[in-house]
Amino acid sequence: MENNSRRDFLLTGLITAGLVSGCTPKTDPFEAGASDIAVPSGKKVKLLSVDGEEIEVDEAFLKPVPHMPPVSNTEARIGIPGKKFVMVIDLSRCKNLKKCQSACNHAHELNPGENWIKVDPMQDAEHTAPYWEPTTCMHCDEPPCVKVCPVDATFKRQDGIVLIDSDRCIGCRFCMAACPYSTRVFNWGEPEIAPAIAALPYSCETSVPQKKGTVGKCDFCADMTRMGELPHCVSACPNGVFAFGDLNEDSVSNGAETFRFSDLIKDKGGYRLMEDLGTKPSVYYLPPVSRNFPFESGLENDKVQNK
Amino acid sequence: MENSIIDEKIINDLLPQKFGKAGKIWVALLTVVCLIGLFAYYRQIRYGLVVTAMRDYVSWGIYISNFVFFVAISLVGSLITAIFRLAGVKWGSPLTRIAEIIAVAAIIFASLIIIVDMGSPERFYNLFTHGRIQSPIIWDVIVITTYFFISLLLLYYPLLPDIKILLRYKEKSGNRMHKFYSYIGSFWKGTPEQFKLSEKAINILCVTIIPVAFTIHTVTSWLFATTYRPGWDSTNFGAYFIAGAFLVGSGAVVVAMYVFRKAYHLEKYITENHFEKMGRVVVLLSLLYLYFNMNEFLTPFFKMKKSEEGYLNGLFSGDFATVFWFAILIGMIIPIIILLFKSGRKPLPMFIVGVMVIVGAWFKRYLIVTPTLLHPFLPMHDAPASYHHYFPSWEEWAITMGSLAGALLIITILARVFPIIPIQETLTEEHEKAI
Repeated sequence: MENNSRRDFLLTGLITAGLVSGCTPKTDPFEAGASDIAVPSGKKVKLLSVDGEEIEVDEAFLKPVPHMPPVSNTEARIGIPGKKFVMVIDLSRCKNLKKCQSACNHAHELNPGENWIKVDPMQDAEHTAPYWEPTTCMHCDEPPCVKVCPVDATFKRQDGIVLIDSDRCIGCRFCMAACPYSTRVFNWGEPEIAPAIAALPYSCETSVPQKKGTVGKCDFCADMTRMGELPHCVSACPNGVFAFGDLNEDSVSNGAETFRFSDLIKDKGGYRLMEDLGTKPSVYYLPPVSRNFPFESGLENDKVQNK
Repeated sequence: MENSIIDEKIINDLLPQKFGKAGKIWVALLTVVCLIGLFAYYRQIRYGLVVTAMRDYVSWGIYISNFVFFVAISLVGSLITAIFRLAGVKWGSPLTRIAEIIAVAAIIFASLIIIVDMGSPERFYNLFTHGRIQSPIIWDVIVITTYFFISLLLLYYPLLPDIKILLRYKEKSGNRMHKFYSYIGSFWKGTPEQFKLSEKAINILCVTIIPVAFTIHTVTSWLFATTYRPGWDSTNFGAYFIAGAFLVGSGAVVVAMYVFRKAYHLEKYITENHFEKMGRVVVLLSLLYLYFNMNEFLTPFFKMKKSEEGYLNGLFSGDFATVFWFAILIGMIIPIIILLFKSGRKPLPMFIVGVMVIVGAWFKRYLIVTPTLLHPFLPMHDAPASYHHYFPSWEEWAITMGSLAGALLIITILARVFPIIPIQETLTEEHEKAI
């Protein structure tokens, strides 16, 4: 799985064409599929190998790879062995840019008005200054939603990620009532999805395509974490608000910097939301002290959606 | 000799009667409302729950309120039949069949409305293929099914002697009815052994239905109380729901008593004395429910914890104040005041009180579901404006009204097919009196 096509090559120039399958500089990449490949066209395309080498390949040899075989439902339900995913959200860095939100909405094909990530203005007390608080699914260790689901459509994996199987969800919305963080959204109508996306095989790790009459929510981008990459919100945030990582490795990264998780929580006074409820979230917050931006700078992005 | 003349008269009075003009209009009206509801449900199936006004915050709306209402009303079957019977309350026997019919109709629509509320009803079978016993919904599925079958049997067994009587009056019931009666009850010969057996069965059912009835309503309350939400996070919920259920159920029986008495001229069988006694029952249950309401609202109000604050203010003086005080006054306080007076326990005032109790109870169920969902822990901010409010769409109203009409239709049809007052029991009591 790990050394499969995707990461082996980075395609320059042709972003949409997909990735070349199974080729490394050492073996002849085109041998296996040689029979169904047409004559070389003479046009060369530049590619970048994993070693950083620039190589040239004839255009005729390029073919889009079918999507990575989706992990089986059983695999998706078990999770990635030995991992325990955590997220740290640094409130002092957030200015409500909502890049996390738009990246998430795009990656999961959410309909307008539906947000898995919400950014709320918060104020702890009358005399304290307000701040922006992004919320994702908390991926609780004692998830109330999982307890109440009658059909095991939402489940917690051994790596701590709480997912939804939209192929099984009956749409009773008990999980939504049970979630104290209001992170779950429901596909009230038939989702508007591009035909290409709609044709993709559903997997609970990608949460795509969305289905009418089922619940959806932040999935910590389980498909990205399986590839060893950061969730979309983490990489989309220019201010490094989100840091994501593995509790067992005790490290989290926001893409640019990597931190020791335990130090970060200890030094900056990290906390979890509504810890008194006993849900044991996997999302930690760093308090909005010594802020990078004033609260007001985020107000202009705070338009109420009217749909 | 004289006995048989009296018998003949009683049987004639109590045999199911054909619908008159008013009855036909009533049935037509209910059918139309049901059909509108069905059309609305078709739209919901086709376009999804988007046709309702429910959104991510208020993800449960009047469907769930209505479900709780039906479950509540169905509790009456166990009250009037089982509790009265086991307690040796003789005067209640003419009311047992009314109560059981209401219970069966309500429980049928309780289970239907829960399917209506599902986003993917075509996957209903998942509840059986992938059911998880941890989920209160599965507990609900189990107890509702159990309660439905016990209620059905509790309606059926006491019917058997009456069916034997009905079979004797073929010319009155018509051919098709006769066939139906003989299909469901011709094995009943009325031998002493059969009577003994049936008596025993009914007693067992009465003993079993009480815990099941308590469970069905407690489990329904746990659907809410097992969550963390302010307003639902209450240890009082089970008892509070049961008290409310007894009240609305007895209110429904009072209304049904009045209507059947008028429509079928049963003044001799459902007497003013019955209303007087039911009045006492209703006032007791209203007081009980009021007591649980005090427990439910006074203690959190006194402390005013931060998480509860918005919710309680909304109920007492905010957006929901009108409905809240309406439900408390109309559903409990005014009925108590009326029923404390002897003249308040006459049939007509009792009927009005019954209607008040039912209407108050329906709105009370609305208040259990919606205000809590509109007061989540985290602010409702980064969501479309329409998510911040809830007022049911026409489809929701149509489906809800359709389900209420459907329950009334079942009650009406059962009352047309079967004697609304147990004939055999009335005869036996008449004979006992003669001795």
